[in-house]
Amino acid sequence: MLLLAFDTATPAVTAAVHDGTTVLAETFQVDARRHGELLLPAVDQVLRTAGVDKHRLTGIAVGVGPGPYTGLRVGLVTAAALGHALGLPVYGVCTLDAIAHQARTEGLTGPFTVATDARRKEVYWASYDASGARVEGPAVDRPAELSPEQRSVGAGALLYPETFPGAHAPEHVSAGALADFAATELAAGRELLPCVPLYLRRPDAQVPVGYKAVLPA
Amino acid sequence: MADEPLVLGIETSCDETGVGIVRGTTLLADAVASSVNDHARFGGVVPEIASRAHLEAMVPTIQRALDTAGIKAADLDGIAVTAGPGLAGALLVGVSAAKAYAWALDKPLYGVNHLASHICVDQLEHGRLPQPTMALLVSGGHSSLLLSEDITTDVRPLGATIDDAAGEAFDKVARVLGLGFPGGPVVDRRAREGDPKAIAFPRGLSGAKDPEYDFSFSGLKTAVARWVEAKRRAGEEVPIADVAASFQEAVTDVLTRKAVKACKANGVDHLMIGGGVAANSRLREMAQQRCDKAGIVLRVPRPGLCTDNGAMVAALGAEMVWRDRAPSSFDLSADSSLPVTEVSVPHTDLHSAAHEALRS
Ligand SMILES: [Zn+2]
Repeated sequence: MLLLAFDTATPAVTAAVHDGTTVLAETFQVDARRHGELLLPAVDQVLRTAGVDKHRLTGIAVGVGPGPYTGLRVGLVTAAALGHALGLPVYGVCTLDAIAHQARTEGLTGPFTVATDARRKEVYWASYDASGARVEGPAVDRPAELSPEQRSVGAGALLYPETFPGAHAPEHVSAGALADFAATELAAGRELLPCVPLYLRRPDAQVPVGYKAVLPA
Repeated sequence: MADEPLVLGIETSCDETGVGIVRGTTLLADAVASSVNDHARFGGVVPEIASRAHLEAMVPTIQRALDTAGIKAADLDGIAVTAGPGLAGALLVGVSAAKAYAWALDKPLYGVNHLASHICVDQLEHGRLPQPTMALLVSGGHSSLLLSEDITTDVRPLGATIDDAAGEAFDKVARVLGLGFPGGPVVDRRAREGDPKAIAFPRGLSGAKDPEYDFSFSGLKTAVARWVEAKRRAGEEVPIADVAASFQEAVTDVLTRKAVKACKANGVDHLMIGGGVAANSRLREMAQQRCDKAGIVLRVPRPGLCTDNGAMVAALGAEMVWRDRAPSSFDLSADSSLPVTEVSVPHTDLHSAAHEALRS
């Protein structure tokens, strides 16, 4: 197995190469407004660092969110296009699952909640049991409406300490963790997600309120 | 190969996901997936809906174009993409896809200007553009008079709308008349049964002291709305066909008059008209009459090539390859306000210099 993984659903632009056992190379830059500029150079760089020719890859793993849409789509369309051009399968991973996987790798035990920043005073969140399985979410809500687990990670949790007391890192997703999650699931024969964004909200669209008169009433 | 470059072009600046493939100046495929019906009930293009649709349509539209052209992606000499201007989130989907294809296939990437592409598409219909070429671009997003010496490097704005784009005025008048969205085709259709001289609507910016080549359609739109409302208020029936014809006449009169004037003043004997409004039958007819009279050769691509599509981007990309212009780097940005003077985006520092120059 030789996976190229990346994620653009959080402020991080991150890419990694994974050989089925370990992360061969990883890049991680935080710049919420420049996913479009940074992703492809990061992909190119991580393959060079790993010494892997793109034609030797066996699959692409991509974070399908939830996350702010504009950045999220950069990752998804890049994955779909690379998969198409290189003839590779594309595996979708819920970005919150990848963060949860990283948190557990870093030693977090017991049930916990992952929350990222959904802007507009909301968070994207999901909860996990002691075995690391997702038991609730992904969903988008106002922090005050949530009753999360006692432990929590992610930038969304760090942003709202009243709802998520004692929240800690990882803040954003890392592609290394996402690749490792995907490799583990694939090795166990489990299915991953399709390359389709988890928007969780309907598009913002105002229907114009009829035709507005220009003559004084 | 170098004389007939095979290029794929991607266009996502508004609500059409367009993928075109051209060899030199020959069109091989023009695949378009439009989300226009998803926007109709909102009376205008909703950016988030457009961006979602681009993501869904991208790979299938690329495949459809490759199938139609009967080529393999590996045979391409380059990938071109609209880098701007347009809706930021929509552009970003196309730019990201183009980068991924270019990188995966080891092909050069060309980030190009949407407006220059609208001009260059005419090469697919009428052969290489004469140098210089005058271009009148009219659509829901733009109304500009442009003079181009070399379509890959030199496009100069002579004038543009100071308020609404011409196509926007069509949409708004259609809404006033209750004809639905988009307004262009339906106003054109209704106008055919109407009298273009029935109502004397104003010709914007046509006074002696007004800017010679700029346009204004906001006052016209308001005049139409006032006229229609007054009729309704008086309890009279609104003569929809006459209103449509008279409005359309006012728009095309100003557009063609200024375009012909610009040709004469600059000693240019070719005029091309592009953009969605170039599909308007009255505009084509009046432009032909006035160009004939002035001894100007009129070039208007067929309607399908006038609206936003990938073929126009591929056409400019092929011209870039043919003229050995510099490709873009992989950190190419989608730029919603890309200046018209910037035909392509070779690298970041030149790009910001062009923005500076336009501001000063
Ligand atoms: Zn256009």
